[in-house]
Amino acid sequence: MDPLNALVALSNFVLIPAIAYGSQLALGALGVTLIYGILRFSNFAHGDSMAFGTMCTILVTWLLQGLGVSLHPFPTALLAIPFGIAATAALLLFTDRTVYRFYRAQKARPVIFVIVSIGVMFIYNGLTRVILGPDDQRFADGERFIISARTFKAMTGLDEGLALKTTQGITVVTAILVVAALFWFLNRTRTGKSMRAYSDNEDLALLSGIDPERVVRVTWILVAALITVAGVLYGLDKTYKPFTYFQLLLPIFAAAIVGGLGNPVGAIAGGFVIAFSEVGFVYAWKKVLGYLLPEALAPDGLVQLLATDYKFAVSFMILVVVLLFRPTGLFRGKSV
Amino acid sequence: MIRTLGLFALVAALIVGTGMVQSWNSALLILNMGLVSAVMALGVNLQWGIAGLFNVGIMGFVALGGLAVVLTSVPPVAEAWAAGGLRVMASLLLGAATVAGAVWVWGRTQSGWLVAAVLAAGFVLYRLVRDPGVAAVEAVDPAATGFLGGLGLPVVLAWPVGGLLAAGAAWIIGKTALGLRSDYLAIATLGISEIVIAILKNEDWLARGVKNVIGLPRPVPYEIDLQNDPAFVERAAGFGLDPTTASTLYTKLGYSVMFTAVLVILLVLAQLALNSPWGRMMRAIRDNEVAARAMGKDVTFRHLQVFVLGSAICGVAGAMMTTLDGQLTPGTYQPLRYTFLIWVMVIVGGSGNNLGAVLGGFLIWFLWVQVEPMAVWVFGSLNDAAQAGLTDQSGALRQGLAGLTAHLAENAQQLRLLTMGVVLLVVLRFSPRGLLPER
Repeated sequence: MDPLNALVALSNFVLIPAIAYGSQLALGALGVTLIYGILRFSNFAHGDSMAFGTMCTILVTWLLQGLGVSLHPFPTALLAIPFGIAATAALLLFTDRTVYRFYRAQKARPVIFVIVSIGVMFIYNGLTRVILGPDDQRFADGERFIISARTFKAMTGLDEGLALKTTQGITVVTAILVVAALFWFLNRTRTGKSMRAYSDNEDLALLSGIDPERVVRVTWILVAALITVAGVLYGLDKTYKPFTYFQLLLPIFAAAIVGGLGNPVGAIAGGFVIAFSEVGFVYAWKKVLGYLLPEALAPDGLVQLLATDYKFAVSFMILVVVLLFRPTGLFRGKSV
Repeated sequence: MIRTLGLFALVAALIVGTGMVQSWNSALLILNMGLVSAVMALGVNLQWGIAGLFNVGIMGFVALGGLAVVLTSVPPVAEAWAAGGLRVMASLLLGAATVAGAVWVWGRTQSGWLVAAVLAAGFVLYRLVRDPGVAAVEAVDPAATGFLGGLGLPVVLAWPVGGLLAAGAAWIIGKTALGLRSDYLAIATLGISEIVIAILKNEDWLARGVKNVIGLPRPVPYEIDLQNDPAFVERAAGFGLDPTTASTLYTKLGYSVMFTAVLVILLVLAQLALNSPWGRMMRAIRDNEVAARAMGKDVTFRHLQVFVLGSAICGVAGAMMTTLDGQLTPGTYQPLRYTFLIWVMVIVGGSGNNLGAVLGGFLIWFLWVQVEPMAVWVFGSLNDAAQAGLTDQSGALRQGLAGLTAHLAENAQQLRLLTMGVVLLVVLRFSPRGLLPER
């Protein structure tokens, strides 16, 4: 029995990674939920917009690094994020203008929008891969750890190390700041209020003189900011690869739907639900249980519920269970 | 009618043109995969075009078809079966019994906790039975086998089996997910297809996972046997061909004939179904679900029926594709290529029109293959033209231009994604019903 070491091992392998991953998912899911609330369709191009924003940030990061600009001990990429956001916002607004607006004017069915977004997905996908190629790119620099496992062991004298990566710390802090700013915007500013009004009841909002095109533009800009930040944080924490970002679509959608589509609080909760379940199901619990249980009961196997590749299955199972038993999500979103 | 004939003539001209400009080998490759794509597009058209179901899990059904080829045609690995085959099978039965038990308990008690308890207990039992069996199977000569193998039957049998496997999976999925709204169904099917691929990649005892199963049996003779056959060499010489070229063309033509037969049969069946009372009912359900329900049609059952049928067709196509490749490589299945590309085919060809789907299959596959060489050629000639036009003083400019075109040519493969997106958006905008609209 050694609860302290168990707690440290748990934090190191489950809690901290899941909190960081959950923050990234939450930011992505907020984007999905905003688009769903205002434009009323599920945007399949979301993962690839994220890849595009990250790619722009990476290019600017490399430029800054080449110029010798640095933010040590923080990653240079933080300086480049505003440029990434600007480029992504420009791309999304251009897409809206040339593609989506036509179907909005026609009052096309949501499923048509989804198919159109598949076309957009192909284009973004090709764009990122033509510009930066389909391979892994590393762009993290600066200090690697806030606390490394070795320092932690030396400090506390415990057997288990606790590593806190700089990127994980930055992820959580940035996510809190971004979410706070977003909620302030939605609840306190005139534009934010008009967005919520438009989302709640389109006709009533139009009658009270809200300009729908302006609401849509602001939405795309917010989405660009959210997903660029989410994408860069994910890339710093793990790695940037266009295909991985495309695959993030599934957990992000799962997070948004589990939380309740169209509901920002739900998106955040959903992000953490998905992240904790994914990490929890594919983590090998042998070590933690070994500390917690008496020696006689200590497990022989890895006590890994599912192989790592099945993490999609986890987000998917949660999605299905929620859809079957509580179709509006944990926090009443607008659906069905 | 003229439009249909004209567009199909265009496809034929494109493929023949490839044969004359590049090589007959590449032309036949495009034709064969075009035939497979056309079958997939038929399946998707049945679901989306005729019944209005938004299924983006095609990749999963295609992969299940591929799995069927391994399970049907590969000879069984006796050693692996002896080591742990029965244990693995027993664990699978146990897993199925657990799920069935959970459903039964839910039906009787509606108690979520009881269901969770049944599932948890079943999962622990399943893992206890399964893990030693799987370990034993995978330890049998892992470099060459390490899996249970198949039934050792003729490979062509795998095509209907692929359809059955996909149909079975579609039935389970349809039972749970078909009640969902269109974009939820899309996310659900996308997730399921990823899970199918994850299973294929991880369960090494089933089909060797990412170690791939290579050298699958073929329904056509091997090139090397043909080259060693004096009669064949003589006949090839009669056509003025050397034995190597003749043998590759011969085997590819063999596939073309078989695939064409499958496509024609399915197309005829699909056309008959479309014009039958059943087809009219399906379109009525698609156009107005509420009205169809009010007329006494069982919408839920019909959706399930057409979902299973369409998925089965995709499974057949997947089995055909894996037979053509001669190997099952789970790592190569990507949703862009195996799900969304098929969607582009259906939308561009004309959803709701079977001939349109087939046309889209050929046309989009041709583009998918040929965009890269075309792009490389365009970039190359652009660079040449610009270099010739620039004078010697602009050295840096010339270098930059050469670098840019070289970078673009290097990533030209990715341009096909871009092209597909543009084609889809242009068709949706200016001809939303596709090249061959539904009548």
